Amino acid sequence: MVGVFVLIAGSVLAQHSFTPGDVEDGERLYLANCAVCHAPDGNMVPGADLAHGRFRHTSTDAGLVETILKGIPGTAMPPHNLPEFRAMTIVAFLRSIAETSGNATATGDAAKGRTIFEGKGNCRNCHRVGGSGSRVGPDLSEIGATRRAAEIDRSLVDPDAEVLPQNRYVRLVGKDGAVVMGRLLNQDAFTVQLIDTKERLLSLNRSDFKEFAFVAKSPMPSYQEKLSPEERADLVSYLVSLKGVVRQ
Amino acid sequence: MKLRLLFLLSMCWSVSAQVTFDRILHADREPWNWLTYSGTMLSQRFTQLNQITPANVGNLELRWVWQARSLEKFEATPLVVDGVMYTVQAPNDVVALDAATGRVFWAWSYIPSQEARVCCGRVNRGLAILGDTLFMGTIDAHLIALDAKNGKPLWDKKIGRPEAGYSLTHAPLIVRDKVIVGVAGGEYGIRGLIAAYDVKNGAEAWRFNTIPGPDEPGHETWQNDAWKTGGGSIWVTGSYDPDLNLTYWGIGNPGPDWNGDSRPGDNLYTDSVVALDADTGKLKWQYQFSPHDEFDYDSVEIPVLADVEWQGKPLKAMYWANRNGLFYVIDRATGKFLSGKPFVEVNWMKGFDEKGRPMRVPGKVPSNQGTLIYPGNQGGTNWYSPSYSPRTGLFYISTWAGYSSLYVKRVDEYKEGNQYGGGTPRSPVPFSRSAQNYRKEDEGFGAVRAIDPQTGERKWEFRMSDITEAGILTTATDLLFSGGREGYFYALDARSGSLLWKANLGGAISAGPMSYSVGGRQYVAISAGNSLFTFALRP
Repeated sequence: MVGVFVLIAGSVLAQHSFTPGDVEDGERLYLANCAVCHAPDGNMVPGADLAHGRFRHTSTDAGLVETILKGIPGTAMPPHNLPEFRAMTIVAFLRSIAETSGNATATGDAAKGRTIFEGKGNCRNCHRVGGSGSRVGPDLSEIGATRRAAEIDRSLVDPDAEVLPQNRYVRLVGKDGAVVMGRLLNQDAFTVQLIDTKERLLSLNRSDFKEFAFVAKSPMPSYQEKLSPEERADLVSYLVSLKGVVRQ
Repeated sequence: MKLRLLFLLSMCWSVSAQVTFDRILHADREPWNWLTYSGTMLSQRFTQLNQITPANVGNLELRWVWQARSLEKFEATPLVVDGVMYTVQAPNDVVALDAATGRVFWAWSYIPSQEARVCCGRVNRGLAILGDTLFMGTIDAHLIALDAKNGKPLWDKKIGRPEAGYSLTHAPLIVRDKVIVGVAGGEYGIRGLIAAYDVKNGAEAWRFNTIPGPDEPGHETWQNDAWKTGGGSIWVTGSYDPDLNLTYWGIGNPGPDWNGDSRPGDNLYTDSVVALDADTGKLKWQYQFSPHDEFDYDSVEIPVLADVEWQGKPLKAMYWANRNGLFYVIDRATGKFLSGKPFVEVNWMKGFDEKGRPMRVPGKVPSNQGTLIYPGNQGGTNWYSPSYSPRTGLFYISTWAGYSSLYVKRVDEYKEGNQYGGGTPRSPVPFSRSAQNYRKEDEGFGAVRAIDPQTGERKWEFRMSDITEAGILTTATDLLFSGGREGYFYALDARSGSLLWKANLGGAISAGPMSYSVGGRQYVAISAGNSLFTFALRP
């Protein structure tokens, strides 16, 4: 158990000592409080590129926490009424995206990317955008508002590199031997909620099943060989452009 | 009909006598009431009521719900006195309700100072009562007395400076003519205290500094001026042994929490239990669970008292499930350490020396890179009330099992009113769960664990998917009530741990269950989300 934990923290977050829980907390706070100005990629404010660890006023953990809490007078950066440890989780998230961003940016042709998404890529067999496509995989209608180009690109090349907790597939075996597979939506001590491969919303009693396990291998194939680098860049650009419903 | 009405009124009159201290001392003789935070002075959270049994618990049904107008966590355990329930709507509004119907008799609103600052929620855990007077601590560090008949304030005593982080969040403890409280604020570099006040007017009767000053014993465990910001907070209610006239309190972490470099030494009386003379506040004995703590292992848990047989001899025992992951048995007359056994995964210590001091594992300290420690920062357990059943002889703990944190230290300067942590523990458990539970395996899980105090061995476990902040109630019919963050409230067989009944209350349970009886009907009450729920058997 200890070894597994260190391995996860070490591989995903490199030299930083934040845990996946911190990053998850921080991402939620970032998207709720910061992304409207800074964008999910953290590069919307001139001079600041949060995804690459470039800040205008400070770069230490403590300095960033202070900036989040107190804001920057004379700029559009407001103070935030958060406990210090929660502000620190935002720093954890910023550090983690700086660690994983690499140089991937959305430099392709989004229109071509859409054609690949809907055609050669067969992406709609599992994914859905704007009411079209399958619900078996994650709905990508807002993927550009929540995931960065580098993360999307990595998912295309290596779908198993990072599967978000909310995108995990489970396999249940009933006491009668029947198998149910689907994407886990929720769970508690007594029940499990999932959407199965036929797009049915199922709520099942744990007591009716003899096995419950996460599927180790993502159902998504790698597109490293299926698409050329240019096609992949186009696809990434299309996905980054998906920001969900634009509120008038 | 008139005669019957008169009879009923006279019954009400006769049972509506004032709550004398003698009644509180012998609360087990009137189990239809719930007169203190933990039920009795022994703090076992065990009820003698026996109407609800393993055979009929499946017939429990919702009787009434009271919805608080507060979005804060509902952590209070209500009191019930002769058919009237008193509870707190967070942060500090007091409400009196008909315990049979949930209808409100009166409500009193309190607006805390804007200066109030609390680390972990604007919460309150309950009230105390004596005579016709209710007592409540507030998050801006006032102790307030209210008339139980109408909610009118009788006196208001400022205990500490809220702008420096002092607050009161626990239910006070009554001992004779004194009301005893301690201050919270361990994350703000406070200097903690436990103090007793005259129930009539709030005049201070005695004070015990949980961080001893230069003229007090224990000060030698501090160096330089570190004691001035040494922490040592209190946020759950202590216990009282009338034969020994001792009151027992668990004390919180030293400040700063996660970096002990600025405070060399054991840092008494942080992470300790102290036994104080209830008349004078003088220290009779102390035991420190986690000397020189750097893991935020507050010993702010309920001191559970039980008179038992230990190795063939009678023992006035204290049972203690500590946040540091160990279950302790202590002689509560002398403070002698008798045993300590892990009830969850523990990697910061490897046993005890002959004096009961934990032996540390080298290298298991916070570091700049982060050090993985079991249990994690929220502990193997926490303020959630445990329960001891004198019938089963088992001790029941709400645990976070398989749970760890990565402890990262840094240097903090003390600034009044700012958090003074000295680091950041990184937890795999999200601070707040979204509507869906995508729990990951490295988070660990919540569980009720039943421990045999004689051996420290686990008898059974009831496992949840999410973690738990729920307390535990056991009954004279060997039922166990508890819940968790998933929002289930459930009844288990206290002897086997098997599930007998459950209800989904839709909001996280962050309070301890209690039981009372009105009109011959036994109720079980629990807070979940922002509401208080009561259950009784279907008529």
